[in-house]
Amino acid sequence: MLSRVADSIYWMSRNVERADNVARFIDVNLNLLLDLPEGYVQQWDPLVITTGDHELFEKRFGKPDQEKVIWFLTFDQENPNSILSCLHSARENARSVREIISTTMWEELNTFYLKVKAAAGTFDGSDRAYQFYPEVKRGSHLFQGATDSTLTRNEAWHFLEMGRMIERADKTSRILDVKYYFLLRSVAEVGSPFDELQWAAVLRSASAFEMYRKRHGRLAPAGITNFLLLDDQFPRAVRCCLDRARNSLHAITGTPLGSFQNNPERLFGQLCSDLAFTNVDEINAQGLHEYLDVLQEKMNLVGSGIYETFFTRKTPTTTRHRVRGGKEWQMQSASS
Amino acid sequence: MNAGTLFNGYESEGFFDEMIGEDGQPRAAARLLAQEVASLRNGELQLRQQAAERALVQAGITFNVYSDNQGVEKVLPFDLIPRIVSSGEWSRLERGLRQRIQALNMFIADVYHRQKVIKDGIVPREIIESSKGFRLECMGLNPPRDVWCHIVGTDLVRHRDGQVYVLEDNLRCPSGVSYVLENRRLMKSLFPEVFSAAKIRPVSDYPLKLRDVLEFLAPDGTSSPRVVVLTPGRYNSAYFEHSFLAQQMGVELVEGSDLVVHEEFVWMRTTNGFERVDVIYRRLDDDFLDPKVFRADSMLGVPGLMDVYRAGNVALANAPGTGVADDKVVYAYVPRLIKYYLGEEAIIPNVPTYICAEPADLDYVLEHASELVIKAANESGGYGMLVGPHATAEQVAEFRGHVRANPRNYIAQPTLSLSRVPTVCGDHLEGRHVDLRPYILSGREIFVLPGGLTRVALRKGSLVVNSSQGGGTKDTWVLADSAHVETEKPGRQTHTDLPPIPGVPRSNSHA
Repeated sequence: MLSRVADSIYWMSRNVERADNVARFIDVNLNLLLDLPEGYVQQWDPLVITTGDHELFEKRFGKPDQEKVIWFLTFDQENPNSILSCLHSARENARSVREIISTTMWEELNTFYLKVKAAAGTFDGSDRAYQFYPEVKRGSHLFQGATDSTLTRNEAWHFLEMGRMIERADKTSRILDVKYYFLLRSVAEVGSPFDELQWAAVLRSASAFEMYRKRHGRLAPAGITNFLLLDDQFPRAVRCCLDRARNSLHAITGTPLGSFQNNPERLFGQLCSDLAFTNVDEINAQGLHEYLDVLQEKMNLVGSGIYETFFTRKTPTTTRHRVRGGKEWQMQSASS
Repeated sequence: MNAGTLFNGYESEGFFDEMIGEDGQPRAAARLLAQEVASLRNGELQLRQQAAERALVQAGITFNVYSDNQGVEKVLPFDLIPRIVSSGEWSRLERGLRQRIQALNMFIADVYHRQKVIKDGIVPREIIESSKGFRLECMGLNPPRDVWCHIVGTDLVRHRDGQVYVLEDNLRCPSGVSYVLENRRLMKSLFPEVFSAAKIRPVSDYPLKLRDVLEFLAPDGTSSPRVVVLTPGRYNSAYFEHSFLAQQMGVELVEGSDLVVHEEFVWMRTTNGFERVDVIYRRLDDDFLDPKVFRADSMLGVPGLMDVYRAGNVALANAPGTGVADDKVVYAYVPRLIKYYLGEEAIIPNVPTYICAEPADLDYVLEHASELVIKAANESGGYGMLVGPHATAEQVAEFRGHVRANPRNYIAQPTLSLSRVPTVCGDHLEGRHVDLRPYILSGREIFVLPGGLTRVALRKGSLVVNSSQGGGTKDTWVLADSAHVETEKPGRQTHTDLPPIPGVPRSNSHA
């Protein structure tokens, strides 16, 4: 597969997943507002902080409020991580690999983008937002469903899967981190009904509430950390996502699991073993927020390793050997 | 049920109408469609027209007008009422196109080798050498299998007199064939009733035929050659077509930066190292192909590509240099070229053409500028053109000046009355002018796709069919005679991976 094409597919997939997750962030905050106890002021800062774009926000809008944050994260074309910008990039990526993906996938993504773009034109900051974000999630589900049912499980699919899973792992870790920034009025409120509501909202924004209930029953911070970070079966849990991303990486290279031949394989191996062999106590000893910070950094390293290994435009130097392997000649050597 | 209201007040207004005969009745080939259209319930035609437009937006079959980062995307307007060509007429056109392409291919080969056509005084040397498409770098080139113009789109028009003329040849990178295939797909969902009853020849095997032609060009000894489509990139207005053709052929779509020349071969950069490329269907003009040979500032091409091509290690379609035959002045000589190379009269005539480089013609053109269509050579998209009868006195005077300053660069033709096809205008039908671009593939043999792109000037009275100037497209139905058993049937040839058209009931479609 062409390096450029692999790059586009990977980012197409990451961008759709990112749009989906930004919608989840906002959705959960909107829902929290409805349950706000008397005397609390709306908190929109955590949202901007966890998406990592708070500097850009401050420069453009100053102090966060509902309308500004919603506009910034949803429709702002100057914010490269707004839902609209993500979908625009995803669609441009898709356009450049239209011959690789299925027509169904293209049409779902195209329709998805056009819908959000149309919504940007009629945005008035009203309560219709409550219906809009579930629609964004649905658009992403449709695209993923189309992908799952129409794309051959070939190299393209594995790049797509890898992008989607790395992005999702990153965003689930950020969703978990949102709680860190939500302020309670006093230590006494830890474990209060409002605290519990916040935790429930965190789970809901990862579509994890029901699955969590089945697994752990009572809402408890340790259980929630365990479920969203370390579960190996829940499809939005960080560990589950990274396992799937690693499996796709190995499917692309053909390297047996448990060994490595390049940098991203090595980093993935470390990351996945760490998640497999740690527990909540160990994480809490380090501090959840601090643990997540390190985790996000490591995931970024994996991302740049993938870029170095697969997407950079190399030029041939020598032809150490050429194999006439039936179909085409393969030139084996390459350097950056 | 208000049968026939759509055609109420429909007037041919003295033009040749492709659907309605002089007697006001549908022509034989169009009878079935006319009945179907006339029997539609009130408003049904508009519903189908809207469904077609929605489907195009949803499918993202758009071209870009980039003004800001999100661009303005436009759908090439599509009109529901097809142009219908009878089997008898088509077989004559098909013979004429084969003849023309054969002669043009011989002409290009001759230009870049012995130049007998010049030595025998058929075409003046200055005309050939001053043609923008002539490439000195191509002298002595031997393209694989001796084919130069593998993919050609020839524009045909019909005049008031009923005669079909060749308006121009496109031998470089003719575009539009993707619309032929997509328009047909749309039409099959919109008029399944007619497709089950009429014998319409299919167009859907074009991508396979194209792939056959491309594989035929592969260097000797490549048992299963790697074919790629080379695009300037997704900002090109024809990008949709490039990606569509690659997808439908099942080959890789590449940009110049994906390819690299190394040790006399062309390679593409993959996630798994470098892989050899054997055939390139390039949708890039000669100028941009290889910065080492043509324009040095080209960022779109592949440095060193021409060396590999000369060495016979990669095939290019179309061959570089074919543009020499697509010059508007060289066009005027094509009937003589057919006579010269094949000893035959042209089956489809040229539009009578005045060559301003010839003194007698120049005098005539300067004198009659306000009655003629004057065209600059090597301009396309309807630019660099004067339509005398529709121009102001100042415009005519200005153009006269251009012609006088550089006669070589101009030809002139009488103003044609292009034929018309009924076209949806709100709640009724009106005649609109059309042309027709059939596509011809040359490989082992010459194949003429039974159909083509019918372009329609949507503005009332307009003769300009270009998409950049208010043009749209229609499906083109070539009917089969009894000798052709293969015809379109809804449900049989449909691509199962393509979605249905929203809003169109399919209930009454299955016979």
